[in-house]
Amino acid sequence: MTEFTPIASTLGGILIGLSSALMLAWHGRIAGISGIVGGLIGARPDERPWRLAFVAGLFGGGFFAFIVMPAQFGSGSPTSTIGLIAAGLLVGVGTRLGSGCTSGHGVCGISRMSGRSLVATATFMAVAAATVFVTHHVGS
Amino acid sequence: MKEAIIAAAGGVLFAMGLAIGGMTNPHKVLAFLDFTGDWDPSLAFVMGGAILAYAPLYRVITRRDRPRVSERFHLPTRRDIDLKLLIGASLFGIGWGLGGFCPGPALVSAMSFGPSALTFTAAMLVGMGGFSLWQRNQGG
Repeated sequence: MTEFTPIASTLGGILIGLSSALMLAWHGRIAGISGIVGGLIGARPDERPWRLAFVAGLFGGGFFAFIVMPAQFGSGSPTSTIGLIAAGLLVGVGTRLGSGCTSGHGVCGISRMSGRSLVATATFMAVAAATVFVTHHVGS
Repeated sequence: MKEAIIAAAGGVLFAMGLAIGGMTNPHKVLAFLDFTGDWDPSLAFVMGGAILAYAPLYRVITRRDRPRVSERFHLPTRRDIDLKLLIGASLFGIGWGLGGFCPGPALVSAMSFGPSALTFTAAMLVGMGGFSLWQRNQGG
């Protein structure tokens, strides 16, 4: 059971939206995390600096956030190590194969009213909810 | 140099948004996906807030001829719903539901140096890298 935090969550969302708008206005890019990180591998040399800088900012911001608001990170994931490895591999392959994740499809794509992103978002939300249903309410 | 600073600032802002919004707490993510359990709808407000900020700015920004530091906007143009999109989104959904991390929050949480975030993030990067290698061997 976690606390319902509509105000903090809306504020966090607005910051994500503003960051995405900044990336669009300056770099002309969609702020999709899986695309930015995945695109680092095999990226053209002139493509690397902004991607690396963005990821460095994510890490720096993450470190800062952990120092000033450690409670926002909870106690990490309750999933077993084997489960986390499987989950990480699935997320890594799935977001590259499906051309996006929660940010690229879920935020930017829906804002652009992209049909592909609407379908992708509905799919990963439904499958994720079904996965939680199976792991939390069926069996174990 | 200036463009790298802007991209890094975008990354910091994005990370702060994820942390303030609660996306960096896998327990909160799993509670958001648990519709039949102790459902915590907070994270819908993260997506809502992000779209609320990004959707109008997207329309204003893309009305310009070009972004500030790139010769053109690099926006997705595909409209077809193909099997790769559906399978990728489904794999991503399984992984998200299993671990409670999606790509952005995983990278940000890695800076808390929590073992679950580090394990998941390492596996995710292996998955993304493996996909890129496979894609290169396919000639695409």
